Amino acid sequence: MTDVVSPAAGIPKAKSVRRDIGIKGRYAAERRFRAYGIAALSFGIIFLMLLLWSVVSKGYTAFQQTMITMPVEFSQQIIDPQNERATNPQKLMTANYPVVARNALAKLLNVSVDDRVAARAVSQMLSDGVRVQLRDLVVANPAIIGTTQTVRLLASGDIDSAYKGQIDLNVSQENRKINDQQLGWMTQLSDSGALAKHFNSGIFVNGASSRPEAAGVGVALIGSFYMMLIVLVLALPIGVAASIYLEEFAPKNKFTDLIEVNINNLAAVPSIVYGLLGLAVFVNFMGLPRSASFVGGLVLTLMTLPTIIIATRAALKAVPPSIRAAALGLGASKMQTIFHHVLPLAMPGILTGTIIGLAHALGETAPLLLIGMVAFVANYPTTPLDPSTALPVQIYMWANEAERAFVERTSGAIIILLLFLILMNVGAILLRRRFERRW
Amino acid sequence: MNMMSESAVEKALDQKMSDASHKMIGKDVSVYYGEKRALFDVNLNVRENTVTALIGPSGCGKSTFLRCLNRMNDTIENCRVTGKITLDEDDIYDNNIDVVELRARVGMVFQKPNPFPKTIYENISYGPRIHGLSKNKADMDQIVEASLQRAGLWGEVKDRLHESGTGLSGGQQQRLCIARAIAVSPEVILMDEPCSALDPIATAKVEELIHELRANYTIVIVTHSMQQAARVSQRTAMFHLGQLVEENDTDKMFTNPDDQRTQDYIMGRFG
Repeated sequence: MTDVVSPAAGIPKAKSVRRDIGIKGRYAAERRFRAYGIAALSFGIIFLMLLLWSVVSKGYTAFQQTMITMPVEFSQQIIDPQNERATNPQKLMTANYPVVARNALAKLLNVSVDDRVAARAVSQMLSDGVRVQLRDLVVANPAIIGTTQTVRLLASGDIDSAYKGQIDLNVSQENRKINDQQLGWMTQLSDSGALAKHFNSGIFVNGASSRPEAAGVGVALIGSFYMMLIVLVLALPIGVAASIYLEEFAPKNKFTDLIEVNINNLAAVPSIVYGLLGLAVFVNFMGLPRSASFVGGLVLTLMTLPTIIIATRAALKAVPPSIRAAALGLGASKMQTIFHHVLPLAMPGILTGTIIGLAHALGETAPLLLIGMVAFVANYPTTPLDPSTALPVQIYMWANEAERAFVERTSGAIIILLLFLILMNVGAILLRRRFERRW
Repeated sequence: MNMMSESAVEKALDQKMSDASHKMIGKDVSVYYGEKRALFDVNLNVRENTVTALIGPSGCGKSTFLRCLNRMNDTIENCRVTGKITLDEDDIYDNNIDVVELRARVGMVFQKPNPFPKTIYENISYGPRIHGLSKNKADMDQIVEASLQRAGLWGEVKDRLHESGTGLSGGQQQRLCIARAIAVSPEVILMDEPCSALDPIATAKVEELIHELRANYTIVIVTHSMQQAARVSQRTAMFHLGQLVEENDTDKMFTNPDDQRTQDYIMGRFG
């Protein structure tokens, strides 16, 4: 504007002076802030990548298992020498199946079973799990006794580790779990195609086992599934009902303020405290069985409730008051207003909160240790009252094992757990999209 | 309809109005928000088949009074109403009057258009459905069509009844809200600054609609626009600082008010 002023007016023609209002500084601050943001983000991504890489690189081998495919002679001589299986069915359960398998492998390797040392070395190449594998075959079909069948049997954990290249072969053979003779046999079998890696379905279906090659997360998956079901069935209705009451119906007074503060505090209580509570109330006082996924589910419900209540109340609060006013103005009762209009609009938020709470519960370990879910459970729990474990507890237990083959299983179980968590979060996002409405 | 018959209708209505009974009577109505008193002994009668405009500067209590008429103030924490308000002789704050029933008789249209995030059809049918006003689907279809017809929206939305009500323009949304209020066949319709969020063209449409609705309903409208009050209402009440300053025929109010404060407000000297 100063340019327009005529010099004739006696005012010296000043060049338009731009005030210094710190534009440069402001832009610099913004750039700095963005740089911090990007740095923080990259940092996070790098660590996430490191974690995933570490888990996946260690764990992907757990989904493959070394197995030996060979003809096995189900010798009557060994299984049922006195031919008493018709009168004593127990005989088939207790027969000496490992010898059957050893003999088959020895025959394949041209090793005499009379050479005791060599025979033991041969039998060490097979998993102890073959006992169960062969027994199941025979019990299912006793007619195969006396015949020769081609069977795929589990190799022992050490052979598995060696075949996957996880055993340091530079160590002298006295100090490793697998000797040079066995290594030679392994190469021989692998060259002939008898020994190979196959997809490991066992890790998904087997229960606990002290033999890594036969151990799986089957029991833990069922236990975790039961617990999630119990948490969902109990925590969702109780949490949503409590939130609706607190948010919409409860009078605002000191008492409800106290409840609100306590709910927020409970969300921050360490989970192990819930475990102690569960142990004292559900197991000791109410006499519910320990190690049961029912009790685990109850404890996790208590733990998840505050999360669900807080998320639901936030979602209810976020519904625009104009919608309530519209419904009330039409003569809808409070109940109708809430159930016809407020709740449907709050649904995406409620579902997101619930699924995040469930995901949190799925990964929770500490309270389960206290109620005895850290147990060696080999059989499937048929009801939630049977002993079982949970996925994160199974990971914890495997991480404590010494065998090399358990290391990959630990990581493999982590991968399974992460996949379930990702699945649940994707579910949360899809549900939110599905229910989200604009107003 | 030609000019003659239209003015004849007007005349008939005005005649009806002048000897109209009082639909709602407010006697010594006071409202407190906690310790703060928002209304001071307001005595205001609402005549049947009349548009009554409530005017006054912001915070004068006109919306508060309006919300007393269908007890929407009940939803506000700490709000206390004293005095007596009757609807056809019934004391609406009496214990044996159900607030749900009252609101079915006294409908409300809000400042900001607030359709439910549902289809246009569901928006209209919700009220009749919860009050059980229709026996079957055909009945409901008829209520929906009649309500939209009366709100002057039928022609614009008849092909998109099952699309979302929030997809309409602001003016259409407000007329949808009016149609929604009409659908439960109320006796009185309360409007809280219904045009303040609308552009002039949409405002004109809503005003025209209010004019037509007068034949069947008793309307109370809160407005900040003096011109709007003059255009749509037959009676005007002026509030100031929680008190009713003056209530009069609109014509008289805007030409020769009794009270100096009304004069000043209408002339734009304060407010």
